[in-house]
Amino acid sequence: MKAEDFDLLSKIIHQRSGLVLGPEKAYLLESRLVSIVRKNNMKTIEDVAQALRIKRDEALIADITEAMTTNESFFFRDQKPFTLFQKNLLPALVTARASRKHIRIWSAAASSGQEAYSLAMICAEESARLQGWRIEIIGTDLSRDMVTRAKTGIYSQFEVQRGLPITLLMKYFQQIAGDKWQLKDSLRQMVQFREGNLLTDPGVSGSFDIVFCRNVLIYFDIPTKGRVLNTISGLMPPDGSLILGGAETVLGISDKFKVVPGEHGLYVPAGAPTQTRASA
Amino acid sequence: MKTCLIVDDSRVIRKVARQIFETLGFSCSESENGQLALEASQQAFPDLVLLDWNMPVMNGLDYLRALRHLPGGDGPVVIFCTTENDMAHIQMALGAGANEYIMKPFDADIVRGKLEQLGLMDA
Repeated sequence: MKAEDFDLLSKIIHQRSGLVLGPEKAYLLESRLVSIVRKNNMKTIEDVAQALRIKRDEALIADITEAMTTNESFFFRDQKPFTLFQKNLLPALVTARASRKHIRIWSAAASSGQEAYSLAMICAEESARLQGWRIEIIGTDLSRDMVTRAKTGIYSQFEVQRGLPITLLMKYFQQIAGDKWQLKDSLRQMVQFREGNLLTDPGVSGSFDIVFCRNVLIYFDIPTKGRVLNTISGLMPPDGSLILGGAETVLGISDKFKVVPGEHGLYVPAGAPTQTRASA
Repeated sequence: MKTCLIVDDSRVIRKVARQIFETLGFSCSESENGQLALEASQQAFPDLVLLDWNMPVMNGLDYLRALRHLPGGDGPVVIFCTTENDMAHIQMALGAGANEYIMKPFDADIVRGKLEQLGLMDA
């Protein structure tokens, strides 16, 4: 690939998704764009770059961005954040929101939906203490394909085995074909999926008590990380909670959030009272 | 070191499973049917059993039932690992005392995830 084509494409991808592509990623870009070249009846990646120089084709840009953004995900990924949610965050909110009986949760960069559905399964498991509560779980992703997929709640035999205990598979899924499993309607109704871009229009509004935004910031440069954290901060009450991925932090990036001592991966708005959250 | 008994009539599967479990820090032994697995289990209970369903001589379900009837036989964690992938089989396995269930084909990620859920490995 020509250097000027790589520069153009990586700049467009960065603008659209925040993903930073160093020159060492040229081979990856080439391999991921093969299908787009074919789909658009073009011959080479040069043709793709040339088409974008002539006209800012939004559909083409969306396709390129989707091809480059990774979508790996599985149920209860890393487990610890979900234990934290079930044992600490949810009980604390049941107390704090006792009068409103309404909790809103955002799974940002939801990919194919496993994180959002994992949270829904936990809420279903805790249904005894959530009687009469309204629990909103919203998943957003910048990929239209991923949002469509997530809404179906259909997963392969491989996907339903990664991180998902067999008892939860039995309880919340139905087998729709030999190796395809679908979340039951009762679970799917607990989650909404929408398109949203963390850099431009997150696709959600209002206020979220808990935001999961894991393994997203690692792909961004520092100014972009800061912008995303600012956006999330603007959608969160002072007693909200932000969960980042294991390799991510707010330190040195944003003063809107602070770490919670002893709780790896958990961040709270900077104005929140300093105390470790009591376990339920 | 935690011990894992791999029970499968396919030598290829046993080899793949052994590789995965050894990488995850288990000491492995192998049996090619339920009868041999039961004899091995009576000598010393493993911490974990990875158990195929369809095998000659004694199948996995019969092994599991026999294991659970032994004094102390409720100790080993048993993960079924089989091509049987329908609700009825899964229910039958859990009813007989299986702790987890893997539908073949499987890979190291699936095994690791199951072990984390069972508390046999740190997440």
